[in-house]
Amino acid sequence: MSATGPLVSARGISKSFGGVEVLRNVDLDLMPGEVHALLGENGAGKSTFSKILAGVHKPTRGTLSLAGQPVEIPSPIAAQRLGITLIHQEPISFPDLSVAENLVIGQVGARPLGRVRWAALAQEAKRLMALLDVPIDVTKPMRGLSIADQQMVEIARALASDSRLIIMDEPTAALTPKEVETLFKIVRRLREEGRTIVFISHRLEEVRAICDRVSIFRDGDRIETAWTADLSDAEIIRRMIGRPVADYLHRGTSHVGAVALSVRDLTLPGRFEGISFDVRKGEIVGLGGLVGAGRTDVARAIFGVAPASSGTISVDGKPVTINEPSDAIALRIAFVPEDRAIAGIFRSLPVETNITAAVPEKIAPRGIIRRATEKLLASQSVEKLSIRLASVRQPIGELSGGNQQKAILARWLLSDPEILILDEPTRGIDIGVKAEFYDMIGELAASGRAILLISSELPELLALSDRILVMSEGRLTADIPRAEASQEAIMFAAVPRSGRHTVSGAAA
Amino acid sequence: MSTIESPRPAVILREAAKPRPRWQVILVRPETVTFLLLIIATIVATRLSPFFADLGFILESSTYYVEFAIVALVLTIVIISGEIDLSPAAQMALSACLFGTAYRAGAPIPVAILVSLVSGLAMGAFNAFFITVLRLPSIIVTIGTLILYRGLAQVLAGDKSIGSFPGWFVGIDYRMIGIVPVPVMIFIIASVLLGLFLGITILGRQIYQIGTSEVAAIHAGIRVRRIKFGLFLASGLTSSIAGLLTASRLGSVRYDLASGGELTMVLIVMLGGTYIFGGRGSILGTFLAAWLLVIIATGMTVANIAINAQLTVMGLLLIVSIIATNAIYARSQR
Ligand SMILES: Nc1ncnc2c1ncn2[C@@H]1O[C@H](COP(=O)(O)OP(=O)(O)OP(=O)(O)O)[C@@H](O)[C@H]1O
Ligand SMILES: [Mg+2]
Repeated sequence: MSATGPLVSARGISKSFGGVEVLRNVDLDLMPGEVHALLGENGAGKSTFSKILAGVHKPTRGTLSLAGQPVEIPSPIAAQRLGITLIHQEPISFPDLSVAENLVIGQVGARPLGRVRWAALAQEAKRLMALLDVPIDVTKPMRGLSIADQQMVEIARALASDSRLIIMDEPTAALTPKEVETLFKIVRRLREEGRTIVFISHRLEEVRAICDRVSIFRDGDRIETAWTADLSDAEIIRRMIGRPVADYLHRGTSHVGAVALSVRDLTLPGRFEGISFDVRKGEIVGLGGLVGAGRTDVARAIFGVAPASSGTISVDGKPVTINEPSDAIALRIAFVPEDRAIAGIFRSLPVETNITAAVPEKIAPRGIIRRATEKLLASQSVEKLSIRLASVRQPIGELSGGNQQKAILARWLLSDPEILILDEPTRGIDIGVKAEFYDMIGELAASGRAILLISSELPELLALSDRILVMSEGRLTADIPRAEASQEAIMFAAVPRSGRHTVSGAAA
Repeated sequence: MSTIESPRPAVILREAAKPRPRWQVILVRPETVTFLLLIIATIVATRLSPFFADLGFILESSTYYVEFAIVALVLTIVIISGEIDLSPAAQMALSACLFGTAYRAGAPIPVAILVSLVSGLAMGAFNAFFITVLRLPSIIVTIGTLILYRGLAQVLAGDKSIGSFPGWFVGIDYRMIGIVPVPVMIFIIASVLLGLFLGITILGRQIYQIGTSEVAAIHAGIRVRRIKFGLFLASGLTSSIAGLLTASRLGSVRYDLASGGELTMVLIVMLGGTYIFGGRGSILGTFLAAWLLVIIATGMTVANIAINAQLTVMGLLLIVSIIATNAIYARSQR
C-alpha cells in the first residue's frame, strides 16, 4: 500500500453551517485498496466529511486531491464522474419508481435521449440484487420497502457505478447479521479490486471485522488515525467520547406484572400470519428476525398505521380496536418507527416542535400553545438524551442522523406511554448515548411499562430483553426465555426453512 | 493531536453557539419580499396618480379584490396543509345563486342567507369526502367540482341575473366603519383571527406538521383526515360568505359571479409566499399580498393601463414571487 500514493488526500478541510463550525482542519489520506472507518459520536462530523468528498457540501476551507491531482468537487454528479459514490445515511430514493429504475438513476454515461431498454435494465438490476443475495422484486416500487431493503438497493446502486471510492454512511444500521455478512463479502472483494471504501458505523465489532484503519472524529476534529489492530475497543471509545462507557447490566426480571398488551392471531395477508403473543407490565420483549420477516409490519399493525385484517389486540385485558395511530396513542401506546426520515421527523420544522409533536395536551392544555412550556420540555429532552444542536428552534433536518433519532425517541418518551413499541430505536445512535438509552428503557420497564423491542442488533436484543420472540417469513418461530437466549438460538429460528413453521403462535 | 484527557463538558458549549443572526431570520422570509413589493408598488402608484395619496380611495377600490382575499385566507391554510382547493369561486357562484333562487321563491332574506351558508358547507363536505375518505388528490377533485358547481349554478339560475334584493341587503361595500368599508373590515378581522389560529393554536401547528410530512403527522397521532375535512368545510363556508358579499355589492347574482376568481385567490396566496407544496406560509403573507394586488390593480387602472397588460403584469408577478419563495426555502434547506 505504501508503494502508491493515497487515492484521496484531504488537507485542512473545514466546514461551517450558519456560523457554527462542524469540521475543523481535517487532514485525512485514503489509500487505494483499504477499508477505512470513520468513527465518532453523533454529530462529530462524519457524514459532513463524507458529503464533502461526494460533492454534496462545499468545504469552507481546505483542499482535496484525488490520485495526486488537486480537485474541486462541486456537485454529486462531478463526484460520480471522478469515481466517488456515497451511500447516504438516509436512503434517498424515488419512491414511485421501481427498484430497477432506482438502481440506474444517476448513472453517468447514459444518453439523455437514449432509448431505455427495459428488459436489459431489469436484467442488470436482478444481477446486482443477486450479488447482494437479497430477495427483492426489482419491478416493485421503492415505496413500501423496509429501511434495510432500501439500504441494500443503495448499496447495489453504488456497486453498479464502478467507483474508485465508495463511501458507506452507516450502511449496516438496519441490517441483521446475515445481510451484514453478505455486505462484508462484497466489501472484501472490492478491496481486492483495489478500490477504497470508507465505512461509517457505530458498531465496533463491524469495524474490527472489516476495516484496515480507523479515523476517529470528535466535535469536528479528526483526533487520530490508526491501524484498527493497534487500538483496543476501550481506547477507541475513550478517544471518541473522552470517557469510558459503562457496560449495560441487565436489571433482572423481578417485577413482571399483569399482561398489558396481548395480540391473538393477528394476520395481514402477504405480511404476517397468526401472530399471538403477550407483553406484560415491566417486561421487555424482544422481537428478532431477518430483514423482511415482518416484524415492522406487526408493529405498524398494533399501532394502527396499517391495521391487520384479522385477529384481536387487547390492552390491559380489554379487547380494543385500533384503526389509526391516534387510537393507539389514546390507549397510551407509543411507537418509534424505524424509518425516521419519512415516518419520524418534520424535516423543516424546529427541533422543539418535533419533540413535542405527540403531546399536544402538555404544551397546549387549552388549545393555545404555551411557548415557555414547550421550550422547557424540549430543552429537558435535549439535555437528557444529549442531543447536539445549535438551538431548539433549529430545523431538525440540520441535525446529524443520530441526533434526529434521539429527538424522535425524546418525542415518545415525553408521551409517557404504558406500552412502548420500539422499532430499531438505536439506529445510528452512538455508543455513549446507547448505554444511557438502555438504562432509560430499563427504568421504564422497572416502573411497570410494557416494552416491545424490535432490533436487528443481536447484542442489543440479548442485553435488554426478558424474552425474545423470533419471526421468520411472517410467522413467529420461537419464544426464547432470557436464560436460553443466544445469538445462535435467535439466528436458528430466524433463518427461513420453507415448510417448517412448527412453533407458530408462541404465546405464553 | 492527542488532547483527549480532559473529559467533555456536560453540556456541549461550543455547539450552543450562535444560530443565524436574528436580522437574517427576519429578513430572509417570503413575507418580507411581499412587503417590499408592496412598498415599491405603493411608491410607483403614487407617482402615477395623485389619487393614490388618499387612503380612502384605496380602501374603496379594494372591495372587489377583498372578496377573493377573504377566501384566500382560508385557501392559505388549505395549501399549508398540503392540499389545494380550486373550487371556491364556483362555490361563491353556486351558493349566491341558491341565495337568489331562495329569495325569488319567496324566502325572507335571513332564510336565504342560511340556505347559502348551508350550501357552502355542503359543497365543502362534498370536496372533503372525495379527498379525505376516498383519498383522491385534491387538485383533481376540486378541478372537477369547480366545473360541477359552476355548471349547477347555471342550471339553477339560467343565464339571467336574479336581483331586486331589498335595499338594506344591497351595497355592503358602501357601508363604512370609520373610513373602512364593511367587507374590508371583515377581511382585516378574519386575517387577525386566522393569523392567530395558525400561529398560536395547537391545531394551527398541526396543520403545518401535516403539510410538512403527512406520514410523520399520522405517526405522531395527529388526526390528519379530520383536520383536512374541517379545512374544506371552512373553505366552503367562507366561499358562501364571500358569495353573499358579492351579491350585496352587485345587487344581483348570476351563474358567472366571481368567474375566474380561483386564479386570483391562488395568485394572492402565492404572492404571499406560501409554499405550493405545503408546510410553509403565513396569513400575514396573504394579507400583505392582497393589498399588493389591490394597489397594483387600482394603480394600473388609474394610470389607464389596458386590462390585458394588467394580466401580463400579474402573471409576471406570480412567477417572480414563486421563484423568490422557492429560492428562500431552498436556501434555508442547505
Ligand atoms: N445542513 C446543516 N445545517 C446546519 N448544521 C448542520 C447541517 N448538517 C449537519 N450539521 C451539523 O453538523 C454537525 C455534524 O453533523 P454530521 O451529520 O456530520 O454528524 P455525524 O458524525 O454524521 O453524526 P451521526 O453519527 O449522528 O450521523 C452536527 O452538529 C449537525 O447538527
Ligand atoms: Mg451521520
